[in-house]
Amino acid sequence: MSNRVVNILVPVISVILGLLVGAIVMLVSGYDPILGYTALWNGIFGDAYAIGETIRQITPYLLAGLSVAFAFRTGLFNIGVEGQLLVGWFAASYVGIAFDLPMYIHLPFAIIAAALAGAAWAFIPGLLKAKLQVHEVIVTIMMNYIALHTTNALIKVVSDGGDNTGTINASASLKSAFFESITDYSRLHYGIFIALAMVLLMWFILEKTTTGYELKSVGFNKHASEYAGMNVNKNIILSMVIAGAFAGLAGAMEALGTFQYANVKGGFTGIGFDGIAVALLGANTPLGVIFGAVLFGSLKYGALNMPNEAGIPVEIVSIVIAIIIFFVACGYVIRYFLEKANKKKEAK
Amino acid sequence: MSFLDVLYFIIPAAIFYAAPLIFVAIGGVFSERSGVINIGLEGLMVMGAFIGILFNLMFVDTFGAMTPWVSLIAAMLVSGLFSVMHAVASISFRADQTISGVAINMLGVAIALFSVKMIYGKGQTDYIQERFIRFDIPFLSDLPVIGPMLFKDVYGTSILAIGIAVMAWFVIYKTPFGLRLRAVGEHPMAADTMGVNVTKMRYIAVILSGALAGLGGAVYSQSISGEFSHTTINGQGFMALAAMIFGKWHPLGALGAALFFGFAQALSIIGGQIPYVKEVPTYFLHILPYALTILAVAGFIGRAYAPRASGIPYIKGKR
Repeated sequence: MSNRVVNILVPVISVILGLLVGAIVMLVSGYDPILGYTALWNGIFGDAYAIGETIRQITPYLLAGLSVAFAFRTGLFNIGVEGQLLVGWFAASYVGIAFDLPMYIHLPFAIIAAALAGAAWAFIPGLLKAKLQVHEVIVTIMMNYIALHTTNALIKVVSDGGDNTGTINASASLKSAFFESITDYSRLHYGIFIALAMVLLMWFILEKTTTGYELKSVGFNKHASEYAGMNVNKNIILSMVIAGAFAGLAGAMEALGTFQYANVKGGFTGIGFDGIAVALLGANTPLGVIFGAVLFGSLKYGALNMPNEAGIPVEIVSIVIAIIIFFVACGYVIRYFLEKANKKKEAK
Repeated sequence: MSFLDVLYFIIPAAIFYAAPLIFVAIGGVFSERSGVINIGLEGLMVMGAFIGILFNLMFVDTFGAMTPWVSLIAAMLVSGLFSVMHAVASISFRADQTISGVAINMLGVAIALFSVKMIYGKGQTDYIQERFIRFDIPFLSDLPVIGPMLFKDVYGTSILAIGIAVMAWFVIYKTPFGLRLRAVGEHPMAADTMGVNVTKMRYIAVILSGALAGLGGAVYSQSISGEFSHTTINGQGFMALAAMIFGKWHPLGALGAALFFGFAQALSIIGGQIPYVKEVPTYFLHILPYALTILAVAGFIGRAYAPRASGIPYIKGKR
């Protein structure tokens, strides 16, 4: 079995095992797994509305996954997508409300504001990592909570003590009348094109530019890169900043597309943590991120149908996703068994 | 309100909010000192909080006033068992410890909420009848000034938390077990050469951290929230992680940091009743623990270093 096949088999086996564990959990808890998974399937593909909403859910997952994957390629673990997403969400909403401009200026302005906010939020852990060798996992976790409280405080300021910024101006909205008409008025918006463009951009940066080569090189071996004359510190900061921009854009999708406002939150959206799952399943490649985002976005949205149709709590899907992450992370063992099975075959 | 009245008011509240953080932070110290990063503290704490409430509601008729204490043991057992998953992944299966921790966090929340909805048919449990009760410590509470400040209306769990922190210090720094634990976290190969079973030590440490995180969660849910829902544990596990780092991976440091973060939490909740403090926007009190932790790891408040081998799976024979 070639390395390539094994690399694809590990996530596939993990997904199957995850769904299997989900079925066992349902069975043990006295629910009908077939009924449950049918409800899940209908929740994803049931009708035009469901399909529209599923794609809507996939949009931020794509960007969150890109964010984690991009940083990972430089050897950085961006667990701070949640925070970067929240500041992006607020920045886009603020620009959407505070300005009144023609659409061709307003919309790009709001989107870029979100990307910049996310980038700025990720710049701090990047800088600390590059200059002071502080572990980015610790800093990004702390930055998540600071972002949560900061955006909540800012929303209160903007809305004079309320907990909602109010709806953004139509000139900054990603809403799509066309998508609404073909998906039975789902909230599907044009953001999906931005997300897909970003997937292409990540592929282009990593595979076709010198910068991308350097970023990957630093991820493989910091010391060798330094010896080859690359500026490791610059690349670490750059990688975090680009990752943060992707996460900020994920926030823009929620602000300008799905919700059209920003509101005070009691906790995280969960998109950032699911982004880790997306990137991990997709082996941190642009194409892989698409598969990961489609899978987890669909599971997450489809699960909302499970309580209605099968009476099963939605959390079953979170259990499945966590188990999938767990198995992918333990890829070493799956590889080991694959190799063993392979050797047996060869011996015969 | 005089200055002394403010102290009588705020210090017991700070200790009250700090107690769960202390347990969880000490758990983190054990795990990370053995070389296993445990970001899953939050998920383990959620599990403990849920089991604490569940057990309390189910067995209140059997155990009566002792129920909260028995629930603590149940929560410790279940969270300890749950942490075996993290141990297997990160020690035996050589998984990325941060990713395994993320999975534990997701799984903890998901299992707890799934079970709540299954058992109660709604998103939250009922309120428990038997909570931890406060009592005055005889003689000590009669002391002037520090009596009402530290020994009046105290929770048994607060005393337990501080006791466990001191015990953890003793175990980690004064016993052969502690020496081995630290050796395994700093230089596992050297420890292995000297005959220390690295895998066993790390398993013990991770399970200990799970049990302590579960204990912290159950203390939180049974003394502060009184029920379990998706908002019960909302970042306390990560705050405990921050306390562990701010305390420089030292049990007493973690104790101090947890007390300080508890103080900040108490101020943000009851600060509105205290002169001067109520002028400070709660926003600053909310972000204080996290901002301080960043400053600490960045070296602005005395550099904090992680154990050298933390995050790296130990593979025998690999240089």
